[in-house]
Amino acid sequence: MDRVGREADGIAGGGGTGSTGAPEPRAGDPEITPELVREHGLSESEYEQIEEILGRTPTFTELGVFSAMWSEHCGYKNSKRLLRLLPTEAPWVIQGPGENAGVIDIGEGLALAFKIESHNHPSAVEPYQGAATGVGGILRDVFTMGARPVAILNSLRFGDLTSGRVRYLFSGVVKGIGDYGNCVGIPNIGGEVYFDRGYEGNPIVNAMCLGLMKAEDLIRGEAEGVGNTLMAVGARTGRDGIHGATFASEELSEDSEAKRPQVQVGDPFTEKLLLEASLELIRSDHIVGIQDMGAAGLTSSASEMAGRSGSGVELDTSEVPVREAGMTPYEILLSESQERMLVVAKKGREEEVRKILAKWELEAEPIGRVTDDGSFRILEAGKVVADVPALPLTEGCPTYEREGVESETTKGLRETDLAPYVKRDRDVESAFLELLGSPNIASRRWVYDQYDTTVRTQTAIRPGGSAGVIRIRGTNKGVAATTDGNGRYTFLHPRRGGMIAVAEAARNLTCVGALPTAVTNNLNFGNPLKPEIYFQLREAVLGMADACRLFETPVTGGNVSLYNETEGDAIYPTPVIGMVGILEDISTLTRHHFRNEGDAIVLLGENTEELGASEWLYVRHGLVAGEPPAVDLLEERRLQHALLALIEAGLLRSAQDCSEGGLACALATAAIGDGDSALGLHVELHDRIDPVALLFGEGQGRIIVSCAPEEETELHRMARNHGVPSRKLGTVGAPGGIFTIRAGNVAIRQPIEQLADAYFGSIPSLMETVEPATPPRLSQ
Amino acid sequence: MTIAVVTFPGSNCDYDCYKALKDVVGAEAEFRWHRTESLGDVDAVVLPGGFSYGDYLRAGAIARFSPIMEAVVAFAGKGGPVLGICNGFQILCESGLLPGALLRNEKLLFSSHDVHLRVENADTIFTRAYRRHDVLRMPIAHGEGQYYADAETLSLLEGDERIVFRYVDSEGELSHETNPNGSAHAIAGIINEAGNVMGMMPHPERAVEEILGSTDGLGIFSSLVEHLRSGPAAVTV
Repeated sequence: MDRVGREADGIAGGGGTGSTGAPEPRAGDPEITPELVREHGLSESEYEQIEEILGRTPTFTELGVFSAMWSEHCGYKNSKRLLRLLPTEAPWVIQGPGENAGVIDIGEGLALAFKIESHNHPSAVEPYQGAATGVGGILRDVFTMGARPVAILNSLRFGDLTSGRVRYLFSGVVKGIGDYGNCVGIPNIGGEVYFDRGYEGNPIVNAMCLGLMKAEDLIRGEAEGVGNTLMAVGARTGRDGIHGATFASEELSEDSEAKRPQVQVGDPFTEKLLLEASLELIRSDHIVGIQDMGAAGLTSSASEMAGRSGSGVELDTSEVPVREAGMTPYEILLSESQERMLVVAKKGREEEVRKILAKWELEAEPIGRVTDDGSFRILEAGKVVADVPALPLTEGCPTYEREGVESETTKGLRETDLAPYVKRDRDVESAFLELLGSPNIASRRWVYDQYDTTVRTQTAIRPGGSAGVIRIRGTNKGVAATTDGNGRYTFLHPRRGGMIAVAEAARNLTCVGALPTAVTNNLNFGNPLKPEIYFQLREAVLGMADACRLFETPVTGGNVSLYNETEGDAIYPTPVIGMVGILEDISTLTRHHFRNEGDAIVLLGENTEELGASEWLYVRHGLVAGEPPAVDLLEERRLQHALLALIEAGLLRSAQDCSEGGLACALATAAIGDGDSALGLHVELHDRIDPVALLFGEGQGRIIVSCAPEEETELHRMARNHGVPSRKLGTVGAPGGIFTIRAGNVAIRQPIEQLADAYFGSIPSLMETVEPATPPRLSQ
Repeated sequence: MTIAVVTFPGSNCDYDCYKALKDVVGAEAEFRWHRTESLGDVDAVVLPGGFSYGDYLRAGAIARFSPIMEAVVAFAGKGGPVLGICNGFQILCESGLLPGALLRNEKLLFSSHDVHLRVENADTIFTRAYRRHDVLRMPIAHGEGQYYADAETLSLLEGDERIVFRYVDSEGELSHETNPNGSAHAIAGIINEAGNVMGMMPHPERAVEEILGSTDGLGIFSSLVEHLRSGPAAVTV
């Protein structure tokens, strides 16, 4: 039984002013029929509500407007009620969910704006432009708050790299992200890339951006001040991307290829100019509001600005600068042409705004004004073609609480007995080498080599470490950021998967010495109308909510991407956590790799016997099954506090958490480092745990640190005081030495250089030696 | 003493160069907008990296036609020091101040990581702070950095010691693996015949503070500043 509700009860239906009368059907527009309504992705009951709000039949333009604003992408129909469960407040939160980006106070008069957003659907059909425009959109979300973008991260998921189609998507997405961010000049400081059959037809492309500003420069996307002028700024409006928001709210199928025209085309050069012009505008005294024309273009930017301020807007589509003649109001309102902004200029300052834009070789044209009647009114050469109450349009989207039931198949997979697999696969050395070369563990250098990571001369930790870090000029501070989320864990145990995503993100931040501060999240799921998918969504959100509360990392915004399905098969449910943390003193910055021969290697936390949902199981047995690792949030928090205290005390030379591939792979990554001076090591493990689980199990709450031998006693003492188990595992070896782990009666023993070759060489060789990546063939 | 940093639409390392000059080396630095027709009273010019005019057509191909480039060419013609980094190097080649061209990287992919450079000529106004065969570490970040010139030009460059930097390994040895873009003769930077115009693909301005991972790029800016402090007065164009 689905329960239906409306977000803004009491406002629906009451908004029409009637002052201009109902718009008459426009010549040439199609007649409103049930088929047309269905094609617009609206249900029968949703259509009835639209009629009720308007008190009449909508015009074609109005139908288009509602269809976009009430799409899953803009209206959050199936997720809004769940999102309310997430904690969003803390004293340091300046701007929570609902704006272009979240903003937090980071002290010394500075604020950090940040947000993550998905471009999964466009990237599935046109990887290069899909990913590029994803970066463009998230940059605009941040600089429209008044912040200068300072860093980008990406969270990507693809199918297995053995498939030509996957390599085509992977290389296109990476190039798209790189070309766009590189040209605008924003360093990419991290993120994640995973490969699993579960993402074969439907990749995940999430982009996160961080921006810095003086707290006083914050500006919101509000249309305030009756009589102020709405101006279209930046690129002209074309016919590209029409109904992108609605497309992003459907499942993918063979027909999706035909939807390439719905994918927008990006122009990073224009974006760079728009960025500089917008920041100059915001710092000028000429405007009161600014908003990106993103998903649903002019429709969403204008109506949301009106909705937030409670005023109304009136604009004339014939005043909008267009790329081609003959565009209808419907097309102009729903175009998702990139690199455009809607600006609310103070009345009488239009010429000043135009001058600033002209300096950057961009256009700014008045297209309408702010009114006081609460209406979203669209004219075409002075004639009304749409007149809709703004608040019900932006806030009145019906929201649903669906039925959620766990799938029996998943339950069965979770309860799989893994003992036989462990019993028959005793060769830990070959398993180790295979894992280290798995694209899920191997170095992603092939990816970030294509991203400019050092432009802006602020990057203190580049991609490849636990978290990216930028220093903040003029202060001693640094900002750290990471993205994390494990689709397999969430598939097998959604609530735990949600918790682990948060716990791991926080762990990664503490490993570099940053205090986890706030979260932006991206929920990538399948079709929420299926009870098993809604179950995943609800459970994952509940898990995230618990963890965010415990780590005191409020959620300041994010994005929901549903209907990630191909031919009815959903992706793994993948909640991605983008977390930011603050280093009060950047000189305490800690890196993930060992530094000196002879240093003690110490484990914080306990080893466990958990192989469920592990990379070992996937690589060695092609299985995604078993119970994902347990997570104890309180213990996890103690561990992270202890780690921060150790870092602050200056005791540590390195810190690296255990995740995919377990203890053995974490030790290897710490020993290999960035490859320039890989160090050997000698580790002895005496745990009474099966060696396979001991080496490759992905038990949570473990961090490998190293310290000078003379600091070891103090390290254990401090850990004990924090109630965290700690013990020496072994010793860092010589540059180019031997990597040895003994676990009970088995051992791994390899020259570190050889491991480094496997670690760095895996993805390049997969991309270079197999036959070239193939673009999709539509017919043959 | 003033060093001008030129901002083209699409420049994105202009601020980094400005900060390196001003905050780290302690020089007077000023921005010059691409539409300005005169450089004013300046002692040296830096053409920074980025994607001037979106690198449409070809990297640097449109920037050379911008109003300020006439002034830069005239400034260089009178012996004024000009340093082009990354996109700036591409613009110098496009505008004929330096020979050769920068093609797409051999592997056709953008490439961004630290490289090692060997100082081949430490007797230029940009490299006096180094010793010959010093090995420097600094980032590259480019898609079109493969230096190309015809055989005659290359042998001229070699003969006149106008190759200032070559890509090498951490030990200073040449190898195909350490040439990140397939540049002819592993060329990372060259200087003009008169010795006042240098172009390089790597980014010295990104290697001027410990927190950034290296300070090896400092020498280029400090050499230039040292030269200006002891050298001739400003060239006005």
